[in-house]
Amino acid sequence: MAATTKFELKLGMATREAFGKALVALGKENRDVVVCDADLSKSTFTSLFHNEFPDRFFSCGIAEANMVAIGAGLAYAGKIPFVASFSSFVMNKGFEQLRCAVAYPGVNLKAVGTHSGISIGEDGPSQMSIEETALACSLPGFIVLSPADEVSTMALIRAAGHHVGPVFARTGRMKAPIIYSADQKFEMGKAIQLIDGSDVTIMATGLLVAESIRAQETLAAEGISARVIDFHTIKPLDRDIIRKAAAETGAIVVAEEHLVDGGLGVRIAQVVAETHPCVMEFVGLTGYAESATPEQLLDKYGMLARDVAAAARKVLARKPK
Amino acid sequence: MQQQQKSLDELTVMAKRVRRAIIEMIGAAGSGHPGGSLSAVEVLLTLYFRTMRHDPANPKWKDRDRFILSKGHASPVLYAVMAEAGYCPADKLNTFRKLGSMYQGHPDVRFFPALEASTGSLGEGVSLALGMALAARLDGSPARSYAMLGDGEIQEGQVWEGAMFAGYHKIDNVVAIVDSNRIQLDGFVKDIMEIEPIVDKWRSFGWHVIDVDGHNLAALDAAFQEAAATNGKPTAIIARTIKGKGVSFMENNPKFHGTAPTPDEVKRALQELQ
Ligand SMILES: Cc1ncc(C[n+]2csc(CCOP(=O)(O)OP(=O)(O)O)c2C)c(N)n1
Ligand SMILES: [Mg+2]
Repeated sequence: MAATTKFELKLGMATREAFGKALVALGKENRDVVVCDADLSKSTFTSLFHNEFPDRFFSCGIAEANMVAIGAGLAYAGKIPFVASFSSFVMNKGFEQLRCAVAYPGVNLKAVGTHSGISIGEDGPSQMSIEETALACSLPGFIVLSPADEVSTMALIRAAGHHVGPVFARTGRMKAPIIYSADQKFEMGKAIQLIDGSDVTIMATGLLVAESIRAQETLAAEGISARVIDFHTIKPLDRDIIRKAAAETGAIVVAEEHLVDGGLGVRIAQVVAETHPCVMEFVGLTGYAESATPEQLLDKYGMLARDVAAAARKVLARKPK
Repeated sequence: MQQQQKSLDELTVMAKRVRRAIIEMIGAAGSGHPGGSLSAVEVLLTLYFRTMRHDPANPKWKDRDRFILSKGHASPVLYAVMAEAGYCPADKLNTFRKLGSMYQGHPDVRFFPALEASTGSLGEGVSLALGMALAARLDGSPARSYAMLGDGEIQEGQVWEGAMFAGYHKIDNVVAIVDSNRIQLDGFVKDIMEIEPIVDKWRSFGWHVIDVDGHNLAALDAAFQEAAATNGKPTAIIARTIKGKGVSFMENNPKFHGTAPTPDEVKRALQELQ
């Protein structure tokens, strides 16, 4: 039975660009929104905010740890700071500041990382952020976002700006297929079921959402009914949707462009273990990648629809009859 | 056999060849960082062919001097100069940034073991060089360590933690070279976050500082000799350079920090570098 999908998956903006646009919109709404960047404003698209609101933009130089703590100071003083850089630099160099100056006191700072995952391509592992979910989710009180397309990015960055408390959002470099229609509603912490199915559930985030939709089509052609859920929020997890999927489909695949260790998959596995244990498989990275085109890397490191479909077949083979 | 020294005249010729290789590599890759590669050519040539004791046939020689490209995005200049020295094949340079190449986007010891360190996250090179220098001190080895930083890079706090450590511990077998080309990623350093006066900064952290024309081979040669003769203090060499040096439309042009030349620009650049 061939499935026809309502998902066209037309290429849209990169999620980093949608972030830059959302920041400008927030800046218009609220004069307390301020932005810090660390010599990457053209890559993170905070340059859009800089052009619009030059006096609310702080160029921090190549000094991410200092930038995060300056952001914390701005937040302590009542501003709504967004601090941005490549994800690997704002998260890794800024981690201690995100911990002691932000998470611990619970200040209202938003950290946004761009160029997440291996799909940045040629620059290679030093610029690829593949540990950020583990790090961000380890910080008590943080909301961790990982939007898949421009529509969800715009909505979730807006929601982050309105939420009082620390948020980390990961965004990507590549143009991302559009998943959602413009009128879709998003709520931080509420995952979105894109496709219903009864044999297996594919839970995905970021770029892997589109790949999972494609995998579902392949599986449908084989007579396998796969449910697909977008986890645009990695923390807090939507426990209800996970429990329901575990109970109703009895098999789960989690797909993410991140290390399996400490990633979305192991976080979901915890909820599955606590609510309704079932078989699971994990599509993710196991180590550092290398330089090549994004397409070559996604292929070599197993981040394609093909890989998600293979994991689904594997988990189904393990599912108790 | 230890690397033989080359004359300054030979290095002048080599500099053009290295610049052409940089343009060709980045052109073939379609991405990369030409500006900061071109500004560092003379510094690396002086180090690899006049100053450092090293052996391309025996890259892991225990007592070798070590070079760390802290500004790892300038990897093309490192690869092209190491190819000139015989560490790696020149005819493979154009595989730069391609799947499986030893010439990764940023220096990667997993793919190119003769490199001294994997870099690419700015700010770490001085600390790495200090660790290597401390090990040499412990082992009674004459090995010296050289780290090259970008001028934007020295905005990283870690650089100054390393600088303070080296000054306090009087680590005189370390040299930091700042490629002072006045441009970083988003634009001119003065418009992002000014770092001058950098001579005063390094001096106040206890370093011997040499301010030098970073494209003058003789001046660089003399500066590195002065560094080697400096006891009881680390040395910082502030190399005043031009970002994009040698290609008229790249010189002093922030656009070519991280933009590859188009095929037409490659052609024009190579003509200028004849
Ligand atoms: C920690 C860190 N932050 C940001 C970057 C992204 N980045 C790569 S090159 C660069 C600018 C470097 O400027 P500079 O140090 O002056 O180097 P040069 O002019 O010699 O190319 C930046 C911000 C990085 N590689 N590492
Ligand atoms: Mg510079």
